[in-house]
Amino acid sequence: MTTPQATVRRKVQRTFTVNGDVEEVSFLPHKTLLEVLREDMHLTGTKHGCELGECGTCTVLMNGEPVLSCLVLGLACEGADIETVEGMAGPDGPHPLQKTFASIGAAQCGYCTPGFLLTAKALVEWNSNPDRETLKEELSGVLCRCTGYLQIFQAVEEACVEIRGEGETK
Amino acid sequence: MSLDRVDGLDKLSGKSAFVDDLTVPGCLFGGTIRSPVARGRIRKIHFSTAVDWSDFVIVDHRDIPGSNEVALIESDQPALASTNVRHLHEPVLLLAHSKLHRLREGLRSIRVEIEAAPPLFDVEAQPTKEMLQHGSDNVFKRIDIRKGDPASVFAKASRVIEGTYRTGSQEHVYLETQGMIAHQEGETLVVRGSMQCPYYILDALTIAFDRPKERFRVIQCPLGGGFGGKEEYPSVVAIHAALLAEKAGRPVKIIYDRQEDMAVTTKRHPSRVRHRTAVDDDGIILAMEIDILFDGGAYVTLSPVVLSRGTLHATGPYRCDHVHVHGEAKLTNSPPYGAFRGFGAPQTLFAIERHMDVIARDLGLDPGELRRRNLLCQGDTLATGQKVQDGVDLTALLARGEELAGVSLATQEYAAFNRSHPYLRRGVGRATFYHGAGFTGSGETHLASEVWVEGLADGRVRLLTAQTDMGQGTMTILAQIAGETLSVDPRSIEVVTPDTSLVPNSGPTVASRTAMVVGKLIEDGCRELQRILDSGSGPPSGKDFQNALELHHRENPGDLLRVSRSYQTPPGQNWDEVSYQGDAYACYSWAAHLAHVEVDLRTFQVRVTDYVALQEVGRVLNEVLARGQIQGGVAQGLGWTLLEEVILENGAMKNHQMMNYIIPGSGDLSPIRVFFEEIPSPSGPGGAKGIGELPLDGPAPAIINAVCHALSASIREIPLTPEVLMEFLGGKE
Repeated sequence: MTTPQATVRRKVQRTFTVNGDVEEVSFLPHKTLLEVLREDMHLTGTKHGCELGECGTCTVLMNGEPVLSCLVLGLACEGADIETVEGMAGPDGPHPLQKTFASIGAAQCGYCTPGFLLTAKALVEWNSNPDRETLKEELSGVLCRCTGYLQIFQAVEEACVEIRGEGETK
Repeated sequence: MSLDRVDGLDKLSGKSAFVDDLTVPGCLFGGTIRSPVARGRIRKIHFSTAVDWSDFVIVDHRDIPGSNEVALIESDQPALASTNVRHLHEPVLLLAHSKLHRLREGLRSIRVEIEAAPPLFDVEAQPTKEMLQHGSDNVFKRIDIRKGDPASVFAKASRVIEGTYRTGSQEHVYLETQGMIAHQEGETLVVRGSMQCPYYILDALTIAFDRPKERFRVIQCPLGGGFGGKEEYPSVVAIHAALLAEKAGRPVKIIYDRQEDMAVTTKRHPSRVRHRTAVDDDGIILAMEIDILFDGGAYVTLSPVVLSRGTLHATGPYRCDHVHVHGEAKLTNSPPYGAFRGFGAPQTLFAIERHMDVIARDLGLDPGELRRRNLLCQGDTLATGQKVQDGVDLTALLARGEELAGVSLATQEYAAFNRSHPYLRRGVGRATFYHGAGFTGSGETHLASEVWVEGLADGRVRLLTAQTDMGQGTMTILAQIAGETLSVDPRSIEVVTPDTSLVPNSGPTVASRTAMVVGKLIEDGCRELQRILDSGSGPPSGKDFQNALELHHRENPGDLLRVSRSYQTPPGQNWDEVSYQGDAYACYSWAAHLAHVEVDLRTFQVRVTDYVALQEVGRVLNEVLARGQIQGGVAQGLGWTLLEEVILENGAMKNHQMMNYIIPGSGDLSPIRVFFEEIPSPSGPGGAKGIGELPLDGPAPAIINAVCHALSASIREIPLTPEVLMEFLGGKE
């Protein structure tokens, strides 16, 4: 049996890089990366859809790899490089994926979108010419209930054209 | 034209603030204590002595200032159960605390003791006397549509074909769960959150608190999906958050977690539809008798109108002079079933479209040919007597669909393939259907939707409506309609986010009505604005319009140039609510969908290998958004057909998480090829008709018809999960 007085909750401090900035963050040690991002760093661009690792909505990049931030403890992020949707745009404006997601209708309600954008970003960084089967496989960790995925696949393919530098020659 | 979403970049950069992204200073977290049984009388509520309850805010039914109800069509659903409960998870008590972990501890430490009564879970079973809980027979609503004299036709018919069809429930799985924040602002209770219908919530609050509308303000946050799941249910969350906030004297946020959301909120009505059809030897339909039963769950909520749409789509798009459609929505002790994209039509269209294939098989006719012999033509009448005059040629539509899907070649190839392949079977199936756009019957007349169009001093235009953007693109489409009407850049049109203190009541964002009905009012309002600004040389547009607007404001400083437009029933449109005769909808959208499938007899998995969605929705306003609506609707329909099984335990969803309630993922979908035919309709702006719900009607019958073609079988139920198919095929051998 727990009595509320018995639990003393002390925050811990950890240092990690978020969207290129080195941050010292204090948070309660039981918190997930999702909670640390949203509650302690006010980076609410990362959404939650189930907090059980089932929907993929909360996907962020950790050292370049997509992870479900609801299943990663904040404590495990010491020294890590975290990237969220807030960090996707560069100094020259939106990331190519953000541009094509907008023009091809890949974001409807927009709630799963950050998860897709980051998963796709990790993919196109190692393969900027994925075929449909690769896309289906690589994006299968994130669920979307609005689009039926086809406009998402198309948006990633279209962004790859720009990423490969073929945009101007068309 | 395809204007990019006006809210696109905010959604793509993480800037859109959904309700749980908002931080309100001093906000408490709210949660709900629910009934642990399906039916009974509340005996006692036990608070664990191990918890210090002094810093909790606790609300029960005695804290409700007004009527204890979630006001909708009827008043039977309490906001918080007082003496009796009618379904598992029914809200009994509310808690709030400033610390989330203490709230969770509190929620775990309260036990509701209930003297159980016998629950009713099987809607098809005859309730015993002690199971009666609504009227004399548990029937929420009964509807009859009659045309001609079917009884006399059946009496002398040589061929009568019967079939019974069933559909399961479906959970919306909007990615953002239900959530609301309530706080007091002076004399006003402000409620903001994820909702499709701000004015439904406003009405429900005024009744639960017995206070005038002016004392409430309801604000819509960006929605992470709705699909009907945020039509009526958010009123429950809003009342709860408001009750807690008022008692606490502090803001309160209620966010359902995924498991709670799936277990307790509304879902698609399960259905059973029986068909009896008299046909002649050529396959001409002579008479139809259709008997519909919807499981309504424990309270009336929207079941009468869901049933209404179900009955009105039950005959499918076929000519028949002698029809009797009988529909009932009945009580069970499940959480109330509710609005879900399609709203009763997908259920009855599955039945008729499956039944058409059953008839074709019985007669030895090609299912496409049987349809061609019976499809409605211009000037024919529906069961309600409404004349078809949309200008669509359904026979040509189906023929084009079959050609796009390569039906005739595939039929030959599949026959050879199925004879030779050891375990794969291929088939093709089709569905032809329609979907009434806007509210049913005199619904739009009763709603009397109002919109405002304002001409601003800087030459821009502002649109004020209660329409919410749940992902379908409301803000974009309304801006585009105004921009096109005025020949100005749609990006210069401001679309105000719904807030009941700012916008007029233009009705709920449901029933495929936003672009068509509200869009038409916007178009009219813009035209009126042009007339007002006409200085004699004709209604100005483009740059002239903006100049005229600026001139008007220079000459009339401080003038609020606001045009109000309200819905007027189109001349000649009549509906009789009692006899169910007349014009059930202002217009209909029409479609032919075709599916190719491959069934693996080793795993009993059905894979859709190609899908053609061809529809006539009037003029397509925005090709990208329209395509997204069709593809997304087909994907949801595919899920309902093959994957999504709501397993009930004690009447409520047992598999209430995404791990074991499977929605389509990126690997589950075939190409969904979308085609439009465009016949401008007088009902909507620039000739547009409703589109949002239509695509959910097609996949279930098209896919199951294809499976039946592949297996030479007659499957009459969905969802067709591999387990169900295995049992079905096993049983046949």
